[in-house]
Amino acid sequence: MAKYLAKRIFYLLLTLFIVITITFFLMKLLPGTPLTNQAKLSKSEIAVIYQQYGLDKPVWQQYLSYVWNALHGDFGTSFQFSDQSVSYLIGSRIGPSLQIGLQAMVVGVLAGITIGAIGAVRQNTWVDTTTTVISILGISIPSFVLAVLLQYFLGFKLQWFPIANWGGFMYTILPTLALAASPLAESARFMRTEMVDVLNSDYIELAKAKGMSKAKVIYHHALRNSLIPLITVVGPLAVGIMTGSMVVENIFSIPGIGEQFVKSVLTNDYPTIMGLTIVYSVMLMVVLLITDIIYGIVDPRIRITGGSN
Amino acid sequence: MENQDNVLEVRNLEINFDTFAGTVKAIRNVSFDLKKGETLAIVGESGSGKSVTTRAIMGLLARNAKVANGTIEYQDRDLLQLSERDMEQIRGVDIAEIFQDPMTSLDPTMKIGRQIAEPLMIHKNMKKDQAEAEALKMMKLVGITNAEDRINDYPHQFSGGMRQRIVIAIALINYPDILIADEPTTALDVTIQAQILHLMKELQTKINTSIIFITHDLGVVAGMADRVAVMYAGQIVEYGTVDEIFYDPKHPYTWGLLNSMPTLDTKENTLPSIPGTPPDLLEPPVGDAFAARNQYALKIDTQKQPPFFKVSDTHSAATWLLDPRAPKVTPPATILERQKKYAAMHEKAVAEAKRAEQEQHRSGEEEG
Repeated sequence: MAKYLAKRIFYLLLTLFIVITITFFLMKLLPGTPLTNQAKLSKSEIAVIYQQYGLDKPVWQQYLSYVWNALHGDFGTSFQFSDQSVSYLIGSRIGPSLQIGLQAMVVGVLAGITIGAIGAVRQNTWVDTTTTVISILGISIPSFVLAVLLQYFLGFKLQWFPIANWGGFMYTILPTLALAASPLAESARFMRTEMVDVLNSDYIELAKAKGMSKAKVIYHHALRNSLIPLITVVGPLAVGIMTGSMVVENIFSIPGIGEQFVKSVLTNDYPTIMGLTIVYSVMLMVVLLITDIIYGIVDPRIRITGGSN
Repeated sequence: MENQDNVLEVRNLEINFDTFAGTVKAIRNVSFDLKKGETLAIVGESGSGKSVTTRAIMGLLARNAKVANGTIEYQDRDLLQLSERDMEQIRGVDIAEIFQDPMTSLDPTMKIGRQIAEPLMIHKNMKKDQAEAEALKMMKLVGITNAEDRINDYPHQFSGGMRQRIVIAIALINYPDILIADEPTTALDVTIQAQILHLMKELQTKINTSIIFITHDLGVVAGMADRVAVMYAGQIVEYGTVDEIFYDPKHPYTWGLLNSMPTLDTKENTLPSIPGTPPDLLEPPVGDAFAARNQYALKIDTQKQPPFFKVSDTHSAATWLLDPRAPKVTPPATILERQKKYAAMHEKAVAEAKRAEQEQHRSGEEEG
């Protein structure tokens, strides 16, 4: 297990390095400069600022010095907020994003599992059709459309929840719902398919032949076996939530990293873009690592042994 | 129950399946008995309705199946009339089943000890520890080596033969009256097949259960069954004791089946087969369903269904060839050979019995 973990962490770092490299050069290809919107600055003033931030050097030198500094824990200073280091900026903004992201993940996946399981158990009835419609809607309605609809109906018309801004649990509900729709739909669809398969399998027939009630068969045999493959979609769902948060945080004016990321790209805030890219990559890779480990724990067929697997 | 020796009586069973194409008449008026402690083999090719019959006994018919007629009597109750809850009390306790493919019939994520113990936990309200202790005994009984070490293993850690032993352990843990074995050796290697069959025979006497043995493999039947029912196109066409079916078959379909089974005496290089395919049960043919594939078919076979003609007290066949008015036909050579062997066996048995009687007589005289 330790050997497996060490191997996985090595690959994680290698992947991260590749992501940093590609993002760095792609970012430099973006049109404009950090000072594009500062029309009042004279050429000599710009030159001074460029020199100050090392932007006058060739791109490959900038890249090397970025990697060198990053390896020493220095991710630079934000261009937008000149006195804030990127680490501090991200640290102060990651909380709301994590909260909404995790809430959306938990709500979406739990509701999705429930809906999918009900659909499978009541296969080919009106219940099944309803759950299928829910998951199709969830997949096809973009989160920004859903966000605006939620704001209008639940926030503006019914006044149940605040429309936007950040300040306590009530403020998290609408963005959580907007973000949860897609993981809900995806996991419901996946769960239904898996469970229909499992319910038609021989070992479910054997469980019935043991004289177990339908509820017990589902609880003891069908659920666990249908849930295991669901772990593999958690990674892709996490990606969906991360990208979704960039839009949703903007719509709800949430001071999170998603909103910051969009702002940084629009203003060519290079150090912040790089810092956030690293944060997103690490989050995703950690999610994937954790799901792989969990998969090994819950499915006896793929227990991780030594390093042979 | 009509007969006290019977543990199960199936009468006039008719089962239809609603499909998009129409109603498939899968079981057409099937009746049979299962006697206490015996093994009844139901033989037939794929789609003949053997498995549907057992599903009906277990109360596990597919959703689109409809029982159109008939009764399945067990302990003075018609299983077909029982509620789902009552059937749950019978399944896995009084009537248990062994499935065809041991590779897929065990839950891949549950320890096998728990899987074997489960019927006890459901039906006997046993705690997990107590039930697993019983499971361990059963594992030893079905011949799983190192049972103590293996009780917490998962199915993928066992070979096919061992998994089938586990499936058997699950079925037998509550000492059922009736064990349904639906092609239990079809998915196994031949050597393992023999082991499993031997085990089943051995356990049958140990726990005193009746077995319904479903198979398409006549070779397996010979060593296993007491009586045989041959099914074709949703009907039983012939039934009798193993010897009667193997050595004195009367139905042309049984002839065909036996003819296409290689024996040690088989000399030809080609194995005969029954030409054609079974009829479409959406529209079962009028008359004898086997007529179209039957080289001995009479004109009446296409007009009227043959009734059962009694050959002996235990042996009946549904073929017009047994009608007194039917012309004499000569069965295939291999069948004639079988009959000859059977007659010889019979003569020998009679002679032996006579000699034994005489000996007894003589010893009686000497004593006197």
